[in-house]
Amino acid sequence: MTAGTGTASASATQERTDTSSAPTGTPLLSVRNLSVHFPLKRGFIVQREVARVRAVEGISFDIYPGETLGLVGESGSGKTTAAKAVIQLRKPDSGSIMFDGQELLGMSNSELRPIRRKMGMVFQDPYGSLNPRMRAGDIVGEPLKVHGLAESGDDYRTQVSALLTTVGLSPGMAERYPNEFSGGQRQRLGVARAIAAKPSLLVLDEAVSALDVSIQAQILNLLQDLQDQYNLAYLFIAHDLSVVRHISDRVAVMYLGRIVETADSKDLYENPLHPYTQALLSAIPTPNPRLEQSRTRIILQGDLPSPMAPPSGCHFHTRCPIATEACSLTDPDLRQLAPNQAAACLLATGYDAAPSPVSRV
Amino acid sequence: MTAGSTSKSTPLLQVRNLRTSFNTPDGKITAVAGVTFDIHHGETLGLVGESGCGKSVTALSIMQLVPNPPGVIEQGEVMFDGTDLLKLSNKEMQAVRGSGIGMIFQEPMSSLNPVLSIGRQITEPLEVHLELGKAAALDRAAELLNMVGIADSRQRLDDYPHQLSGGQRQRVMIAIALSCEPKLLIADEATTALDVTIQAQILELMKNLTSQLGTALLIITHNLGIIARYADRLNVMYAGKIRESGTAEQVYLNPAHPYTIGLLNSVPRLDRPATDRLDPIPGEIPDPSDLPTGCAFRPRCRWATTQCEIDEPSLEATGVQNGRTDAQPANAPALVACFEANAVATSIEMART
Repeated sequence: MTAGTGTASASATQERTDTSSAPTGTPLLSVRNLSVHFPLKRGFIVQREVARVRAVEGISFDIYPGETLGLVGESGSGKTTAAKAVIQLRKPDSGSIMFDGQELLGMSNSELRPIRRKMGMVFQDPYGSLNPRMRAGDIVGEPLKVHGLAESGDDYRTQVSALLTTVGLSPGMAERYPNEFSGGQRQRLGVARAIAAKPSLLVLDEAVSALDVSIQAQILNLLQDLQDQYNLAYLFIAHDLSVVRHISDRVAVMYLGRIVETADSKDLYENPLHPYTQALLSAIPTPNPRLEQSRTRIILQGDLPSPMAPPSGCHFHTRCPIATEACSLTDPDLRQLAPNQAAACLLATGYDAAPSPVSRV
Repeated sequence: MTAGSTSKSTPLLQVRNLRTSFNTPDGKITAVAGVTFDIHHGETLGLVGESGCGKSVTALSIMQLVPNPPGVIEQGEVMFDGTDLLKLSNKEMQAVRGSGIGMIFQEPMSSLNPVLSIGRQITEPLEVHLELGKAAALDRAAELLNMVGIADSRQRLDDYPHQLSGGQRQRVMIAIALSCEPKLLIADEATTALDVTIQAQILELMKNLTSQLGTALLIITHNLGIIARYADRLNVMYAGKIRESGTAEQVYLNPAHPYTIGLLNSVPRLDRPATDRLDPIPGEIPDPSDLPTGCAFRPRCRWATTQCEIDEPSLEATGVQNGRTDAQPANAPALVACFEANAVATSIEMART
């Protein structure tokens, strides 16, 4: 999509011992060993912690300026929690988040405020994420006010009009309320609000999932135009792998709080290494009846395990079609198996030969 | 898979010129505006379209579950196995639901009763429709749960819906829907709320069970891929009408209606290179209370002419001028409702070469 981003690669490894194919430039966002846990508490007055949901467990990834990282996974995989931790809507338990050269963990709210300007977020529900009592213009212009980016009332109105035009709405719509917009138009408002403060990173959490296909395509095109125009980096979260392939330069696949595979988009879709990625890809029906008749489908058995009590060893072993006994004992690390591809699977080809950052049990 | 073998006999379901509307404060909304199609014994038919196109209301009209008021089935015929369902009394219709036609909805949590055990919910139709005794019904219920892939089925009969996962609830819904061996199963966005790997499980289960039992299947979805994978034939709906109809091969490989073409170009597809741009349909779905004159797709159509503004095209065989909206055997030409079908076909052909 954008030039000079295809080289990002070693970013995926959990330990930075492998620097052989270090990407050029500095990442805009660098996440290392990020963990987010939710304590489950019991008790009426004195609350005791009885269990922990490890929603996100030791994930690492990089995003370079102007590129898109797709984060895919099913419900409960921790993709939204990871995104919320990145933009500091939820405090992570451990790890490191370097954004634009600064460590975000441990910062106070006042320290975070100028940094938040550079991160925008677009949510899934275009109905729930816009205040129904605010006019469209004020919704889009609020970040300008909060961060003091408008010099005068006239400047504010000019900027709001420009933003509305950028996302394909007419400036005259600034006076309307959200209920007067269609679903697609509301999502355009959400995008306009997210880019108002001229961020360098947008977190898009299922931003097109609720839209009808013809509208979804319009928003995807808009996002690609904005990326080219402003050199925006995207963290694109979705469960729809076809959409993720379309928009992403690189993709990370999550399962029960961990990244199980990460690769350049092309490699991941042409040659998935992790059995979970393979099953996910084969589960997506394509609108082509001839291809559908010839495709082999991997139908996974059973349901997603509860994140409260994930299986031992490799979290995926209970549903994995090729799991062996070793898989229930050993928790595989994410390891580099191809130039731009890493997977966390004991049985993936080349896993044994790859340099191991951590000794295995 | 192919419906060819069954096409000679009378279709199981014949929907003729069905028209359903809703009276709202903003005026009358015609959700289904004259829909005609057949489902043959044992075949799988897909009904595809975006939100508000009338696909769910079509299914609810067949089942006579349209809330009245505000909904009214204004006209049409729904011939199921030789009887017009629209002429039946409530009580007679009750007998058809469940034993003649089973239905599965999108939200399994709200379709199951939260205060009754799933055993109770599966045995109820067995006792009512098949007049089984308590013990026999329980045995049958356990068998059914087994059939839909729920292990320890005896014990699970005592579970309540909240103790099951989303995928399991949908399996229970399938068990209930198939419990009286209906001749037709309607699945209305039955897998939309599920994760992709669970969605694949449920779809395979539905397809396998219906082909084992010889049940016809009507799949209603917005997902073009699901229809391509599981349906023998499909109808594409837009603004209350079927715009294109044919076998999966006909419609997907040679789409003829501008709307179908637009839909297929809007979705990112794994079977095509990850090109930089999608080709979306411009504009938005029209307000159902204020549909454009003539062809409802006209404002978004790049081939529209002045004729499209004045007249409504009817569903006709592609390349054939005389309209044949009647029963179509499986190998019939695809049907398309478009005045410019020939011009569209020519320009698509030009673009390919």
